[in-house]
Amino acid sequence: MTLHTTDQQRKAWLLAIGLLLVSALLLFLGVAVGSTGFESVLNMQRDPQALQIIGEIRLPRTAGAWLAGALLGLGGAVAQGLFRNPLADPYLLGSASGAVLGETIAIVLLGVSPVAAHWLTRIGLTSAAFVGAVAAVMLTLLLAKGVQHTLRLLLAGVVVGVVLGAVSSLILLLHPDIMQAMQSFMLGSTAFVDWAACAVMVSVLVASVVAAWMMSHVLDGLALGESTAQSLGLNLPQMRMALIAVLALATGTAVAQTGLIAFVGLAAPHLVRSVVKTTHGRLIVLSSLMGAVLLMAADILARWLIAPQELPVGVLTAVLGGGYLLWLMHRHSGRGSGL
Amino acid sequence: MTSIQKNAINSIAVSASNVCASLGNVNVLHGISLQLLLGRWTSIVGPNGAGKSTLLKVLAGLLPYRGEVALLGNPVTSLKAKERARQLSWLGQNEASADDLTAYDVTMLGRLPHQRWLAPPSAQDHAAVEQALRTTHAWDWRGRTLGQLSGGERQRVLLARALAVEAEVLLMDEPLANLDPPHQTDWLLTVKALVARGKTVVSVLHEISFALHADQLVVMDKGRVAHQGATSEAATHQALVKVFDQRIFICAVQGHWVALPLVNATELDGATAPKK
Repeated sequence: MTLHTTDQQRKAWLLAIGLLLVSALLLFLGVAVGSTGFESVLNMQRDPQALQIIGEIRLPRTAGAWLAGALLGLGGAVAQGLFRNPLADPYLLGSASGAVLGETIAIVLLGVSPVAAHWLTRIGLTSAAFVGAVAAVMLTLLLAKGVQHTLRLLLAGVVVGVVLGAVSSLILLLHPDIMQAMQSFMLGSTAFVDWAACAVMVSVLVASVVAAWMMSHVLDGLALGESTAQSLGLNLPQMRMALIAVLALATGTAVAQTGLIAFVGLAAPHLVRSVVKTTHGRLIVLSSLMGAVLLMAADILARWLIAPQELPVGVLTAVLGGGYLLWLMHRHSGRGSGL
Repeated sequence: MTSIQKNAINSIAVSASNVCASLGNVNVLHGISLQLLLGRWTSIVGPNGAGKSTLLKVLAGLLPYRGEVALLGNPVTSLKAKERARQLSWLGQNEASADDLTAYDVTMLGRLPHQRWLAPPSAQDHAAVEQALRTTHAWDWRGRTLGQLSGGERQRVLLARALAVEAEVLLMDEPLANLDPPHQTDWLLTVKALVARGKTVVSVLHEISFALHADQLVVMDKGRVAHQGATSEAATHQALVKVFDQRIFICAVQGHWVALPLVNATELDGATAPKK
């Protein structure tokens, strides 16, 4: 083992520990922030209502923000590695517009709002969004005739995104009454995350991180170009398909539970890479942690900024993420490499 | 099969027979047949668009083709991807460059064909990586990412990556790109050392004078092999001058063949048939 590899390894460990510590701190903050304020935490011991607010609302939603962020961070790292493009995000293959369409159709059919829904209909809505996201990715694969051509895949993703988006808009136009209900989904919100949603996200997260980590050497190989990766004996078509499955699963799960949350998946891998230069095995895990911290922090900010009201967290991540992207662009153009 | 025939087969590293390939809708290779000698350095040369890089990719099993390609006596299609990757190392040109990976991590990727799935790199892997990086004088910045390196430094890391495979056959496409003269010379010495150890090197080169250091030359033109022969033969030189439209001439300088641009037609006198 060389001196410098150990140095990067140490940095990676420090970053992981740092992110976990920040997560713990934010979890505490997340529990304390809400419309009833910190009092609920103080009264938790004797006031059953306060206990319920903490245990049934704040805790699952804070944990849910962490988990959804982790899924998006993972999706971002996989997408950027797979498409060898630093601007790739987890929604690239049409999963976002697919989820919106799924949710729109479900709301029209079930005639409910995601805010006040019964748990059974919530499962229905979540499943519809998930199915929509995964179906959109499959449609993209179909249009691109497989995974061989990265550019064709990206273009097919754009086409699917635009077309499905147009269909959703059309449905919304025909059913203006569901506009309000759809709004919270399109802007992204952690308000509906309960323990059941957390359980789903935990299981998908664990499975996705393990699967992506096991295939991370393929992403490393791809970083050297397609032909070189192939010359190293990597089974690209099969591995690509598996990685896209992981991407679709992780993104679909996050979107189904929290709606469209912008920029977390894009920014998380970049933030990790600005601290530590490492192979995809570590990048995947660190990006998950980074995405988790980002969304958890944004969620707390969204709840706290105009308390007792709250901002949709997606709006906040869009504003913050957009700013970050601008900065990234200028830094790149400053170095003359352009994005 | 007679023993002479067997020996002939055993002395061939890579062979192609009637190979055709196309890029998109354009047919690039039209029925290529050649045999690249084991333990020798062969250079593929020819004008732009002659199909040199495509041929190299086909020989490496990276492009679909019609015809037959054999690697160390076995049809390349019959080999498992990983097995082929252990026997044959390929260095491309203008491939994506992993800007965010360190030189060490990039070179370690050359060991992938030797590693079992999920197994961490062995001591042998680390030793091979160190040796490869030292060979290309890239060891000092092993901790820097490729994004932090100049074009030439990056090329040396990519070369180290190809060397780290420790394959029997090395295919290199424009390996001298971006290298400054001292490192071009280093590359030449590295190839000579590899061949001395019995490895087979095949390189596509634009620098004809470097190509003339090889044991064998394959001269390509318009998707066909115009000539294949020993570098020292006059027929090889004639074929070379011909495919380059008589715009170069080949002469010997201090015992080495060099190709020079033909600026003035009068230079031709006495230069086409250099005195040995």
